[in-house]
Amino acid sequence: MKITVNGNPETIDVCSITDYLVEKGLTGEGVVVEHNYKIVKRAEWQGVQLREGDNLEILSFVGGG
Amino acid sequence: MQEDLLKIGDMTFENRLFTGTGKFSSKALIPEMLEASGSEMITVALRRVDLGSKTENILDYIPKSVRLLPNTSGARNEKEAVRIARIAREAGCGDLIKIEVITDMKYLLPDNYATLLATEILAKEGFVVFPYVMPDLPLARQLENAGAAAVMPLGAPIGTNRGLETRSMIEILIENCKVPVIVDAGIGRPSQAAAAMEMGADAVLVNTAISSAEDPAAMGKAFSMAVSAGRMAFLAKMREESKTAVASSPLTGFLD
Repeated sequence: MKITVNGNPETIDVCSITDYLVEKGLTGEGVVVEHNYKIVKRAEWQGVQLREGDNLEILSFVGGG
Repeated sequence: MQEDLLKIGDMTFENRLFTGTGKFSSKALIPEMLEASGSEMITVALRRVDLGSKTENILDYIPKSVRLLPNTSGARNEKEAVRIARIAREAGCGDLIKIEVITDMKYLLPDNYATLLATEILAKEGFVVFPYVMPDLPLARQLENAGAAAVMPLGAPIGTNRGLETRSMIEILIENCKVPVIVDAGIGRPSQAAAAMEMGADAVLVNTAISSAEDPAAMGKAFSMAVSAGRMAFLAKMREESKTAVASSPLTGFLD
């Protein structure tokens, strides 16, 4: 199925947010996920199944002043 | 000397130099700089993860004893600032947020009005809000009324190293604000940071001048010493300047 991640189209197998992040190695401290423009708390990642057409934003801290 | 702690909201700081994580040539320099400077709070920004490359997590380079002050850089209006703040809180690093709303990309000057609107919203949501603003007393009062924890006037445009170009306006804020005044942006030299503290600023935030120095740890320490010296001079109460000489030795002739 096709989803959009950080503005880019991606084709993935059916999975939860946690599965997707584990696959990408993005489960570290400070990672935040917006699923269809709503923040999903870390504790709820496992329970959210990604669906065709979904939009994910994955953010983390970077250097800044 | 009495203990001199900076209180912001329910936090206290011994060190009045706040630092930033931007523009270090290597992230490994960040903990060295924090150790050398003793800075107790450091800013971070929030961005989309680059899925194409393995990037290091900046949080791995910041000791847990140092507070994180996420900023809303990249926000062009109050709505984006609020969104970034909520995301930053969800990242699990507390309720602190430095509001930075910038629409002018040449001078990177803050949009004071949008910053006020974002402050009103975020303070109500329980954020500890640090608004980055042009020094403007009526605005600072509105920010205080909106629940800002501090005000952060700029000394000069971000990254310019030009020092306290807004000096007299910052002095007005220092004399009149009830919340701490933290001079942020444009400070390029330790002597400029010392000057801000001598004026009575509660703290300074320095990023570029430290991170882009050839030796960021040594520069961090130099800034920390300057901030501490400036603060001590402020508390010791300097005398006014005089147009004519005031003798420090007896004015009588040597053998009179």
